[in-house]
Amino acid sequence: MTGTGWLPVALPVALLAVPLLGALGLVVLPHVLRPVLRAYGLVLSGVTLALAALLVATFDYERPASPQFELDVPWIPGLGLRLHLGIDGISLPLVALTALLTFLCFGYLSWGRARAGEFLRARPRALVFTLLVLEVGMIGTFLALDLLLFFVFFEIVLVPMYFLIGIWGGEGRRAASIKFILYTLLGSVVMLLGLLLIWAQTGTFDIEALAAAHGSGMARSVQILAFVAIGIGLAVKTPMWPLHTWLPDAHTEAPTTGSVLLAGVLLKMGTYGFARIAIPVLPEGALAVAPWLGALAVVGIVYGSLACLAQRDLKRMIAYSSVGHMGFVLLGFATLTPTGINGALFANVAHGLITGLLFFLAGAIKDRYHTADMTALGGGLLATLPRLGSVLTFAAVASLGLPGLAGFWGEMLALLGAFRPADGLPRGLFLTYMVIGGLGAVLTAAYFLVMLSRVTHGRPPPLPAEAEAEAVAEPRVVESLAARPVATLAHRDVRPYELLAWTPLVALILLFGLWPGLLLSLTTPAVHTLLGALP
Amino acid sequence: MSQQIDYFAIAPPLALALTAALVLLLDVFLPHRPRTRAALGLVTLAGVLVSLGFVLAQAMTGRTLGTFCVPPALAGSGGPAPCSYVVDGFTLVLAGLVLASAVVIVLMSMTELADGGIPAGEWHFLLLCTLVGAVTLPASRDLVMLVVALELVSLPVFALTALKRYDGRASEAAVKLFVVSVVSTAVMLFGVSLLYGMTGTVHLSGLAAQVQAVTGVPVVTVGIVLVVAGFGFKIAAVPFHAWAADVYQGAPVPVAALLSVVSKASGFAGLILVLATALPGQAGTWGPVVAILSALTMTAGNLLALRQRSAVRLLAWSSVAQSGYVLAPLAVTGTIGAQAAVGASVAYLVIYAAMNLGAFAVVLLVARTAGRNELDDYRGLAFRSPAAGLALAFCLVCLAGLPPGLAGLFAKVFVFRAIVEGGLGWLALVMAVNTVIGLYYYAVWAARLFTPAARSLTLRAAPALWPAMGLAVAVAIVFSLAPQLVLDLTGL
Repeated sequence: MTGTGWLPVALPVALLAVPLLGALGLVVLPHVLRPVLRAYGLVLSGVTLALAALLVATFDYERPASPQFELDVPWIPGLGLRLHLGIDGISLPLVALTALLTFLCFGYLSWGRARAGEFLRARPRALVFTLLVLEVGMIGTFLALDLLLFFVFFEIVLVPMYFLIGIWGGEGRRAASIKFILYTLLGSVVMLLGLLLIWAQTGTFDIEALAAAHGSGMARSVQILAFVAIGIGLAVKTPMWPLHTWLPDAHTEAPTTGSVLLAGVLLKMGTYGFARIAIPVLPEGALAVAPWLGALAVVGIVYGSLACLAQRDLKRMIAYSSVGHMGFVLLGFATLTPTGINGALFANVAHGLITGLLFFLAGAIKDRYHTADMTALGGGLLATLPRLGSVLTFAAVASLGLPGLAGFWGEMLALLGAFRPADGLPRGLFLTYMVIGGLGAVLTAAYFLVMLSRVTHGRPPPLPAEAEAEAVAEPRVVESLAARPVATLAHRDVRPYELLAWTPLVALILLFGLWPGLLLSLTTPAVHTLLGALP
Repeated sequence: MSQQIDYFAIAPPLALALTAALVLLLDVFLPHRPRTRAALGLVTLAGVLVSLGFVLAQAMTGRTLGTFCVPPALAGSGGPAPCSYVVDGFTLVLAGLVLASAVVIVLMSMTELADGGIPAGEWHFLLLCTLVGAVTLPASRDLVMLVVALELVSLPVFALTALKRYDGRASEAAVKLFVVSVVSTAVMLFGVSLLYGMTGTVHLSGLAAQVQAVTGVPVVTVGIVLVVAGFGFKIAAVPFHAWAADVYQGAPVPVAALLSVVSKASGFAGLILVLATALPGQAGTWGPVVAILSALTMTAGNLLALRQRSAVRLLAWSSVAQSGYVLAPLAVTGTIGAQAAVGASVAYLVIYAAMNLGAFAVVLLVARTAGRNELDDYRGLAFRSPAAGLALAFCLVCLAGLPPGLAGLFAKVFVFRAIVEGGLGWLALVMAVNTVIGLYYYAVWAARLFTPAARSLTLRAAPALWPAMGLAVAVAIVFSLAPQLVLDLTGL
């Protein structure tokens, strides 16, 4: 332990307790809090973010491989379930990312007068409650060092996300939310069976002990079975092709904050599970299944890119792009090399930042045009809304993996890992994966550029929807409509609250793009530890 | 030779029986006024609480009590004399479960009876009679006592179901329940007589010892299968499940709750006693049968629940599915040992009782306004009555087994753990898929609570219902925070 004060133990507990107590407060004192709802959510997520920042500041960077800030108390002795929390180099960036994105979502909701006000008007208390519970589940997943505790937190996010999509979503929200929750529950129940199989063989749920044992005590066949079961659960969440079909619907129908958190954090819970549980605890199983995992990963990369090329809806396209990006992450894991897994973890964080930003932008566009259909949007965003267009271009270019931005390093390292996979894996096969993955990267560039050429470039069309809306509001200026669009749209460009929500993401994308060592130095020692058992 | 009776051991059923007699007398001599109905309810409640107090006192002593034993002179040599009535950990947990559920059901009854359509005295008398059976059953340690106690649980319920007079559905439900129950009793008695014929003893402990000698004899196998089938009717396991929905829907809501919790717990208590106490050596015979029954029961229950529009019918099929989950650990008794398997089953049963009663309490509240009690009547309940809406949402999430309903989640984990440990992978997979199917209808119902209603119904006040709902939900919340409590209770 670093230091012996109260801080090391209190921090992870506080990270969970602040949003949880905040959510309970909304149930207990609804009337007291009603007038200050906006500030309430913002302050609580802000405190959580501050705690996460404190965590980042006091983390012992000399030993990123071993869990710090550990808390280990029994919860259900009869089940062997312990409240075992801790943070190492793999979970630290993800905890910080979660706290940041949740805070930005609250910021986006609370400061946005015009539309977010409208959004918040539909049951604001329930919305703040849902987001806070969601935050508990997300942070808890990254903190848990007990298999069953991990599962519990993994499940906690389901119900809030179900309601987030089902109540505040778009037209097809009902079907999308049901599909989301059924699909993910099926995955997590199968994962539970895998976790219990590990327990039945080893008699412990403690991730630290299991990872240190490197799979000893479990026969190879058991490891393979457990890896497949756990892998299916994680792959649904990630999502891995062909288990991804819930994702486009959920993303398209979810409100902006829902999409941001879904893409930015929830998908990471799946990939994080591979790094935290599946690979270190079941090394032999990982070695046996890795070629299959790699194959599905590259299919996902190519499939995601091709599906993106065929999309007309901006949000749907970004959703499918997640399938492709997560393919790179899974390919990185499948190589079982420090390089590949480092790349996967890096791509994980980068994807959270970039896709979070992209969904914020898609939400902003949908607000202004009341559609996210790319043909209906016409083009010329750079001319009508120059700032929004620029940020969109930046995010798209970051996502397609331009060197110098965060999206590049993860994909590059994942492909590099595939070039020289771990001993015991068929190198020829992984070289093929690398080539296909590389082609997928080209396709990724293609669809993002096609999207940009459709949306940001070209001649701006007249905006009938906008004009009508304005005409109803201000009937006296109807005659001058034709001359107006550019002038009236100017004030519809990036608003201050949007800028506040987006700037940290843009800054971090630049920072990690220019200085990847910042993140890699955290994950590398941890990755070496978790790969310890592999030949 | 006179029998020594340990009155402390039989105090819980005795208190209930005396209260039943008292209620019947009071009903005759008190004037028929609304206040009397409430008074009778309170007397019943007091009786249940006294009985629960005796159960707690028995638990405090920490001893195993036995009475109605075979006199030492007749028992012969070898081991202690077998007793017909034994109070041990298992008995106490199930008696406690039944009585705690009875508190909620009596409170629900007071709401149901407040309208005056149903005679209160008879109702409470019959309810108490059922409870006498339900408390006696887990203590029974011989086959005759077991069958008598089970009949005592079942018979008053027919009458309770039919007490809503001049109601076609209720009468139909009562007849259905009667026919099914009589057939199941006949089947079970036949099985019991075969077992008795082959072993020459009715005491469960004697049976366990004697049946080893006749292992593999087809008649014994037939006897076991018939006894399992008889209990299968009581717990509405496939293929004896068809009566559930019609009976639940036709019966008054508190009776449906009684059937789904008390009656079901009794059925399971009997099944566990016969299988795990009397026939543990035969686990190879009945284990696979129970596994298949469990898989079919959960699947059929969940699939039938998917298409239901009526809240009570949905809960009926969902409780069939939940029976399948309770059965599942029993299937691996042979591999993981009786204690672990029974522990997992009973733990699930305890948690199920809390969450299911919570749901039924809210259903009764809505049923008082919306006679048809369809799922669409629940639209916007969370806005009309936040407490009831949230309580129902919590219970449904619990039943589905998702956080924040951690009680339901851990209940499923207990069962999954037992099955995985026992090596029945296919059953674990079937249950995993069933959990997902189940989630669909619970989630759709829960979502209705939060969607705005087209027409708004005003709920009628039901003062006795709030403590019932509060009690059930509070227990479910406590179990969510500290599931260890359930494990401590059912550690047996």
